[in-house]
Amino acid sequence: MFLNDTIASIATAMTNSGIGIIRVSGPESISIVDKIFVAKNRNKKLADRNTYTAHYGFIYDGEEMVDECVVLLMKAPNSYTKEDVVEIDCHGGVMVMKKVLELVIRNGARPAEPGEFTKRAFLNGRIDLSQAESVMDIIHSKNEFALKSSLKQLRGSLKEEITGLRKNILHEIAFIESALDDPEHISLDGYADNLKVVVTEELKRIEKMLESTDNGRILKEGIKTAIIGKPNAGKSTLLNSILGEERAIVTEIAGTTRDTLEEAVSIHGIPLNIIDTAGIRSTEDVVEKIGVNKAKEMAKDADLVLYVIDASKELDEDDKNIMELLKEKKVIALMNKMDLDTVISKEDIRVFSDMAVVEISAKHNDGMQELYDLLKDMFFDGNFSFNDEIYITNMRHKTALLNAKDNLLQVLTSIENEMPEDFYSIDLMAAYEELGYIIGESLGEDLVNEIFSSFCMGK
Amino acid sequence: MPFLEESYDVVVVGAGHAGCEAALACARLGLETIIFTVSMDSVALMPCNPNVGGSSKGHLVRELDALGGEMGKNIDKTYLQSKMLNRSKGPAVHSLRAQADKAEYSRKMRMVLEDTEHLTLRQAEVCEILAEDVDGSKKVTGVKITSGATFYAKAVILCTGTYLKARCIYGDVSTPTGPNGLMAATKLTDSLISLGIEVRRFKTGTPARIDKRSIDFSVMEEQKGDEEIVPFSFTNKAEDIEREQISCWLTYTNEETHKIIKDNIDRSPLFSGAIEGTGPRYCPSIEDKVVKFPDKERHQVFIEPEGEYTNEMYIGGMSSSLPEDVQYAMYRSVKGLENAKIVRNAYAIEYDCINALQLKPSLEFKKVSGLFSGGQFNGSSGYEEAAAQGLMAGINAARKIQGKEAIVLDRSQGYIGVLIDDLVTKETFEPYRMMTSRAEYRLLLRQDNADIRLSKIGYEVGLIDQERYEKVVRKEEIINQEIERLENTKVGANAKVQAFLESVGSATLKTASTLADLARRPELSYEIIQDIDEEREEFEKEIIEQIDIHLKYNGYIERQKSQVNKFKVMESRAIPEDIDYNEVNSLRKEARQKLESIRPINIGQASRISGVSPADISMLLVYLEAHK
Repeated sequence: MFLNDTIASIATAMTNSGIGIIRVSGPESISIVDKIFVAKNRNKKLADRNTYTAHYGFIYDGEEMVDECVVLLMKAPNSYTKEDVVEIDCHGGVMVMKKVLELVIRNGARPAEPGEFTKRAFLNGRIDLSQAESVMDIIHSKNEFALKSSLKQLRGSLKEEITGLRKNILHEIAFIESALDDPEHISLDGYADNLKVVVTEELKRIEKMLESTDNGRILKEGIKTAIIGKPNAGKSTLLNSILGEERAIVTEIAGTTRDTLEEAVSIHGIPLNIIDTAGIRSTEDVVEKIGVNKAKEMAKDADLVLYVIDASKELDEDDKNIMELLKEKKVIALMNKMDLDTVISKEDIRVFSDMAVVEISAKHNDGMQELYDLLKDMFFDGNFSFNDEIYITNMRHKTALLNAKDNLLQVLTSIENEMPEDFYSIDLMAAYEELGYIIGESLGEDLVNEIFSSFCMGK
Repeated sequence: MPFLEESYDVVVVGAGHAGCEAALACARLGLETIIFTVSMDSVALMPCNPNVGGSSKGHLVRELDALGGEMGKNIDKTYLQSKMLNRSKGPAVHSLRAQADKAEYSRKMRMVLEDTEHLTLRQAEVCEILAEDVDGSKKVTGVKITSGATFYAKAVILCTGTYLKARCIYGDVSTPTGPNGLMAATKLTDSLISLGIEVRRFKTGTPARIDKRSIDFSVMEEQKGDEEIVPFSFTNKAEDIEREQISCWLTYTNEETHKIIKDNIDRSPLFSGAIEGTGPRYCPSIEDKVVKFPDKERHQVFIEPEGEYTNEMYIGGMSSSLPEDVQYAMYRSVKGLENAKIVRNAYAIEYDCINALQLKPSLEFKKVSGLFSGGQFNGSSGYEEAAAQGLMAGINAARKIQGKEAIVLDRSQGYIGVLIDDLVTKETFEPYRMMTSRAEYRLLLRQDNADIRLSKIGYEVGLIDQERYEKVVRKEEIINQEIERLENTKVGANAKVQAFLESVGSATLKTASTLADLARRPELSYEIIQDIDEEREEFEKEIIEQIDIHLKYNGYIERQKSQVNKFKVMESRAIPEDIDYNEVNSLRKEARQKLESIRPINIGQASRISGVSPADISMLLVYLEAHK
């Protein structure tokens, strides 16, 4: 944790509501944005511009143009944080906002902690004493949330993977350090070759994790979507249809309930976490009841419900019950099995509820595009409370992974250049720390403990 | 009947490595100082290993020297062998270690003490710390010795080492003595407890000393010193202290040794539970090593001279608290030691010390004004760690009396800063040893640049004279100018340069390059490229070394420097001494308790306390800003 580095975050809500603002604050904010922003028709850098000016231009990732934008320049101390602040107003929606933020971070900023801009504003004397208490409350609650959510959101398998990576790295650091501390007992002859193998292997694992973050899947950050319906309404077929459409399926996650499965998919860039209750079908007599109870339970948690109705059957009491309990939720009703002889129509459903209805045949993939378009509209209309804290956490994790990757690549470079072994250790330690941020652990006494437990020191 | 013997500015309790540095610092700063020792024969005693320095410890001694301490000068006068460890590694982990002539080391240090103005040496056991209540808090007023005599003082520095309620143990033998059979100090602990100071118990150990004449060196590997030596003290040149060096010897334990130990492990007081103190993991006894690393077929054993005029040899790597008969069998199973005659047994020693979280970073007790402490008493281990703390405790006691602000080195300034910050911020559960991995900015904290880093502070404190300081300033200027020249001097791809590059096996130039960039090539160096550097002046060895390091590791050095800049901002946010943590909203309970008990001096220190999260630090920052 540092006080005077440069921080960045998305300042607007994470919805596709027109303009999104990326805010950057700190001593390097101007030079960082200068690296990725090209003003239209001008060659002048932001650094040479006056405060309180707006500049139209483009954000570039290397050669590739990412978005057109307007950049607002506020030089210290005349800004919200009293530091140099740059705001990038982009137009391209959530995915572009993410991309721009990533670029800013890759060029030297750090993802801001919850409430950090406000904190800086206060610490730099920008906002007054009376606001102090509320600032503290905000920071406190946001931090509590971020901490809880980041750990909760972290998949078990990912945590294991990071822990495993760190363990391997720590062992190597401990070996180098014990040899440095006790060169007469422990030799590093020929060690560089071993290390190269280990580091190369670790890099592959990090690379793999990074691939999954690019698809927004390091966290269960998607919109929690429950598929609900009576048995044989075609829930699983629907799920398969969605999954078939979207090839990038993540590994299955065991949910809290034994037979609940969760799949993360991205539909037209909208991340969904789809929960399906696989077990409902197999139970017998009490099926209906279980179905309703299950639906109740799942509906409570979900951000979005896909309510599957078998259009070849009449609506019954259970359907009415389900619709009743979905009253307060965001729901898309799917009239499935439209390829069969249908006995109900959209109007039959509207009698009970004003939910959006789409006619589909999950089996034949009919009507799916309509569903996706509706989904997209709802998303871009800001219908879902997309959790930006979780997004920030994810961003932070990705940054940590990228940094760890850079550190390990540096180790390989050092080996290549035949640098002394203590330099490997510096970068390995940095990688270890970075990975630690993801699971909330720091170096602390880990190294000393590992040295003493794994290597015999003399005297 | 108690009587007043005398009044002093400073009383130092204990004349080991910490006590000597503390007393010398105070006296040299003009304060009337008295130093007590339980025995005049134990001044600057080395009761364990016969060497000074070693990995990271060498750094401490170099830093201590740059600040005006004595250890570096004293080991330069009395070394038997000198080695730069890790020479094949990066410059950050090069570390000096010298074998010491123990008796000479002790004698020469005592001479320095005796020759120092304002300093009185006195043999006596201090049994009570005197303090008075001032405005509800305690303030030290002096000490009382066994005879009942009272010595008033404005500051007292505790450097009791391993002597407090010391107990030496091997097998089922347990004697209430300090190291080497010296008298233990039995009464002071109770006085400390009555002052509200919490006391804990640590243990350490030492191997046997064996008669040189009973050792067969012909079957061991000789370990010679470096041909070209580097003095510990920046005031010495290698040629001033060169001498014929005395070798150490390397041999190994074997399966028989391990069997003897395993067969008798139940007779070890460590395993039977007779020893209750916490021992250091980094210097395990041989029985610890055998039990913990059963797969290792052999362990190294270093046979080191205890001095030039003694037959005693130190058996490095085989400290033990096994019974005497087992010790005999065990040592004699080692190659070359078959006929070994033990002069002194190996033993473990237990002693009272404190949890250093009770200290401020100035090494003054939070609860008792004017009471300072340093060395093993603070829960550290090692002569060098002790000396470093002793020096800082001495400087800060003197400054307190003189009404000056305490000198606290931070983690970016030196290993001494890391050492003390760790001790007073992070709880240690075993004797604390310095390690290079504990220093996060170790590329900047090298042993070769300790003078450049710290002489200014030594000069401002008053322990380094102007002449010495100005020399360092000049050295730094030369280095910076030369680096700048190299960065700005271009050489073209002319025939001479290309021929030179070819001759040293380096790729020829396509376009012009700066000399600095050429020197940075892995296969080249500042020294190698002098043939194509027409304006090159001649510099001293130390200066050439600095230039080379700066060029070669520039990227890493700059990276650490920018980390230090960020770190400094945290360190510069002071926390008022009288802060009431109950008033800081939203701190988590654990954080509140830790902050309350450790009472960090700045935000940086607070952030290093285990159990204090970044969110807690934010709360604290906001509180501080709101109550400015």
